[in-house]
Parts: sequence; structure tokens; C-alpha cells
Amino acid sequence: MADPLQIQVNGESRDCPSGATVADLLRELDLKTERVAVELNLEILDRQEFDRRGLKAGDRVEILSFIGGGGPDDGWRRRVPTHAQ
Amino acid sequence: MHNDRLVIAGREFKSRLWVGTGKYKDFAETKKAIEVSGADVVTVAVRRVNITDRSKENLLDFIDPKKYTILPNTAGCYTVEDAVRYARLARAAGVSDLVKLEVLGDEKTLFPDTGGLIEAAKILIKEGFIVLPYTNDDPIVAKKLVDIGCPAVMPLAAPIGSGLGIRNPYNLKIIMETVKVPIVVDAGVGTASDAALAMEYGADAVLMNTAIAGAQDPIAMAEAMKYAVHAGRLAYKAGRIPRKLYATASSPIEGML
Repeated sequence: MADPLQIQVNGESRDCPSGATVADLLRELDLKTERVAVELNLEILDRQEFDRRGLKAGDRVEILSFIGGGGPDDGWRRRVPTHAQ
Repeated sequence: MHNDRLVIAGREFKSRLWVGTGKYKDFAETKKAIEVSGADVVTVAVRRVNITDRSKENLLDFIDPKKYTILPNTAGCYTVEDAVRYARLARAAGVSDLVKLEVLGDEKTLFPDTGGLIEAAKILIKEGFIVLPYTNDDPIVAKKLVDIGCPAVMPLAAPIGSGLGIRNPYNLKIIMETVKVPIVVDAGVGTASDAALAMEYGADAVLMNTAIAGAQDPIAMAEAMKYAVHAGRLAYKAGRIPRKLYATASSPIEGML
């Protein structure tokens, strides 16, 4: 079996098995695909692409969903950085 | 009043009170307050999923998207690029092209950067978004937003979360006369009378979050806001009497001894 690859998910380093897709990652994280948006290296993916898009070492994945919010003061400090660190 | 429905971009809304989902104690309280308010449009923010705590509940487990119109916002975005990115993410995470567009100018006031707002709105409208812009109480900007294709405008009453009420009723009135699309007064409401006033002036709806979530009893305030918005709308439709400086007797003089 190939070595696991290291990727960044929501800013944190993480190992994922070689050959894994975005859908595999979501399954591993126990996230429902219909509730999230996924950005892979700043590209927003369609849901249909989740099981077609393979992950490679160094990929930066952002997984987002809806949280409580009304005005702009809600959690702006938790914003996703525009430029990956 | 039974057919007094609000229609924006071909979508019909039952309630003229729209509510945010932030700042509540927990999701149960959020759910209860929204139910009591009678609102059928709820705003949400888009943020990173907590991947370390997988047991964390999801807001949409409490707010059924089949029952409510979910209106994602671009809260916290201070640039056109960020706002456009968040709007696209919201569309990818959700079910519709609706977005409450916010491009903020300043952390202290959270006033909109109206130049950036117009720019971001243009980009998103071209991509098929239904853009509901959070804007200043500036009639010229409101008109520009409508001209570029926004099906409604959402001018502020006062800074977000300030509870100051309507600071410039005359500007709001001018906006209502200037643009032909629905006006949703968004932000700054402190208590029920502020919401009623906004509706009496002729606003088509009021959107609020802190005024309910931050009240000592959010559920009771949600109910107060429901009646305030309804009463304000009824009064607007009924047509108020003109203001006069002197008295006019209500009882006839005729027949007096």
C-alpha cells in the first residue's frame, strides 16, 4: 500500500490514504455532502465532483457549512484565510 | 391582509419579519425564537466546519430548509473578492442562488463599503445570483443597486447590533420613494417600536438578529417583533392621519346644553 499523503484540511495538516477522493475525505470526517461546500486549492467544487476529484500531497481543502449568523459581526475572526498559510 | 404577500424575484414570502440565526444560546433557542417570530426567511453565515469535534450539531438539523428560505450572508467580508468567494461558497453549500451581500468598510461601525458592494453585486448578478444587498441608508446607492439588477435593497436602520433604531427616517423614506423594489430594513433595530416604525414608514420587511437574540428573553422578544411588524404593516396600509399642531375635537359640539 502506498504511503499516506499529507494534505491541509481547514488549515490543519492531515494524512489521507493515497488515491482518496474528496468524497472519501468527507466520509472519513462523517460529513454529509449535501450540507457542505468544498474548496480545493481555492477552486469551489460541484457536489458531483466530490467522488471524481482525487487528493494529492500538499492539497489545501476547505470544508464549509452554514452556521448561525445575522450581522457581519458573527465570527468574522473565524474567516477562511484568502491566502493559504 | 391575507393576500398581503411580499414578493421578491418571483418568490413569495409569508412573513415580513426576517431573522438572523446568530448569537443565540444554542440551536434549540434559535429554533424556538424563529418559530415564535413567524419568520420564513432566516439568514445564516458560511464558515469552516469544525472537523475536530464531529459530534457538533448542524444548524440545518434545527432549521429545516424545506420550511424556511435560507438566506446565506457574506458577513465578515471586507473586500469584493472575499464577498464574491463567500457568496459562491454559500451557493455551493446550499440550495439556491439567494445571497445577502455584505461588503463591509470598517470593523468598528460595520457600515457597508458601498463602492465594493456595487462592484461585488455586479459580478454576482452576472453569475446568476439573486443579490439582496445590505446597504447604507443612501438613496443614490439604493438606486444604483436596483439599476444593476438587485431585486430588493436592504438599507440599515443603524449600525449592526447597535439597537439604536432608525437613525435617519427621512433617508429611508426617500429610498422608499426612489426605488420600486421591496425595501428590507436591515440592522439596528433595538425594540418592537423600531420595527413597527420601519413598517409604518413603508418598509416591505424588517430583518433583525441581535434585537431578538440579545434580548433578556429572546423568545418573548421574537413574539413582540412578530406583532410589531404586523401592526406596523397594518398601520401603513390603513393610512395614518396627518399631523396637526392644534386639537380637533372628537365629540360633536351640537346638542350640548
